[in-house]
Amino acid sequence: MKMLSALAATLFALVLWQAIVTLTGLPKFILPGPAVVAETWWQNRWLIAEHTWITAVEVLIGLVCGTVLGVVTALQLANSRAARVLVQPMLVFTQALPVFALAPLLTLWLGYGLWSKVAMAVLIIYFPITSSFFDGLMRTPPGYLDLARTMQASPRSVLWHIRIPAALPSLASGMRLAAVYAPIGAVIGEWVGSSQGLGYLMLLANGRAKTDLMFAAMLTLGVFSILLHLAVRRATARMAGEAR
Amino acid sequence: MTPPPDLILSGQASIDGAPLFAPLTLSLTAGQWTCLLGGSGVGKTTVLRLIAGLATGAEFTGEIRASDGLPVADRVAYMAQDDLLLPWATVAQNVALGARLRGERVDQDRRARLIARMGLQDHMAKKPSGLSGGQRQRVALARTLMEDKPIILLDEPFSALDARTRADMQDLAAEALQGRTVLLVTHDPAEAARLGQSIMVMTRHGLTPCQPPHAPVPRKVDDLETLETQGALLKLLREEVA
Repeated sequence: MKMLSALAATLFALVLWQAIVTLTGLPKFILPGPAVVAETWWQNRWLIAEHTWITAVEVLIGLVCGTVLGVVTALQLANSRAARVLVQPMLVFTQALPVFALAPLLTLWLGYGLWSKVAMAVLIIYFPITSSFFDGLMRTPPGYLDLARTMQASPRSVLWHIRIPAALPSLASGMRLAAVYAPIGAVIGEWVGSSQGLGYLMLLANGRAKTDLMFAAMLTLGVFSILLHLAVRRATARMAGEAR
Repeated sequence: MTPPPDLILSGQASIDGAPLFAPLTLSLTAGQWTCLLGGSGVGKTTVLRLIAGLATGAEFTGEIRASDGLPVADRVAYMAQDDLLLPWATVAQNVALGARLRGERVDQDRRARLIARMGLQDHMAKKPSGLSGGQRQRVALARTLMEDKPIILLDEPFSALDARTRADMQDLAAEALQGRTVLLVTHDPAEAARLGQSIMVMTRHGLTPCQPPHAPVPRKVDDLETLETQGALLKLLREEVA
């Protein structure tokens, strides 16, 4: 049923898209129809696959690094009052900055290759991961903490045996969010400076008025993001307590 | 486990300067069940949490003392209305939580015996979500017994259960916790009448002792004197409100 409704929605979007192109009679380089895009996608499938691979590597490395960094930060914040006072406002402030503005700087610092894109993805997902896990750590049901106290548990042991497991569902929701954000980060990195990746391909196609190729690359990125989100969702199902 | 001591709490508590309970003295007799009965908001849970060494949000002036002069808070086991079972841990892991938290080796035999005693031997590997409310509370009781402490603090542990399961749990707990110094905080006169070897009614004005029935605990649910005590306790509670 879920599959069927997703299929229906996709079909509807495609029909709508084709209808707009047919009715307005827009030229191919302004708005190509789905049939043209599909044809272009097929003709360029190896080119697109190659660039998708590059972007996917950036995203996956970014996702792992960002998650590790976010988890470590959240643990530090949860563990130390001083860290909360000193670091938390800074963390919130960095979220108020448009991180995209940092992209050219990252290219300058980390070069033209993989790492400036990874860094951009990390920057984008670091906050959702940190804040969701930190919230989870600070919202341990108070009854568990009372019980642990009457059992003479050390703070360290409470953190390990109670607070962290109780916060895993929150971390899972942060990671699911991150799976959607990370590709955006990587593509922004590619836009600013790169010679490969889906972001580069989109920019290149755009510059040469190959709008159909641009759309093909963009839709590929969209499908990749959704698949990544579903994969992370599945991987975190146990953590989120859904498979219990 | 040290032999169960007498316990005395005397003092008063206030929240932001407003008195929560007037100066009172609560004595728990060693090895007996004391029921502290009262309505909501009279501070009976605060009394229990003070003895347990837990945060109360109230300012307490007075003292909590054991007859043997040893510290109190590290000799208590605590059971609340919420079973407080960790949803990600199995029944067996939940029962052994104390040892795990203290980094001690788990006494497997003892754990297996206690779980069997609670009739849960077929559920050892299950998660709490797979158990009924009564079963969950039995796991919590097994966890409390596993701690093997001389002082047991029960904060309305049976109040969320249906009538039949509640009576079963009262029987089971009375039998399993025999010989320990038990404080049961409850708002249920029937429960106090069934289980109290000493019964105290707590109101805003202080504590009123009430003569418990003569039958040994756990008293039969249809024991005449127990029912009379239940009625008398309810009357006391209602007078307080009026």
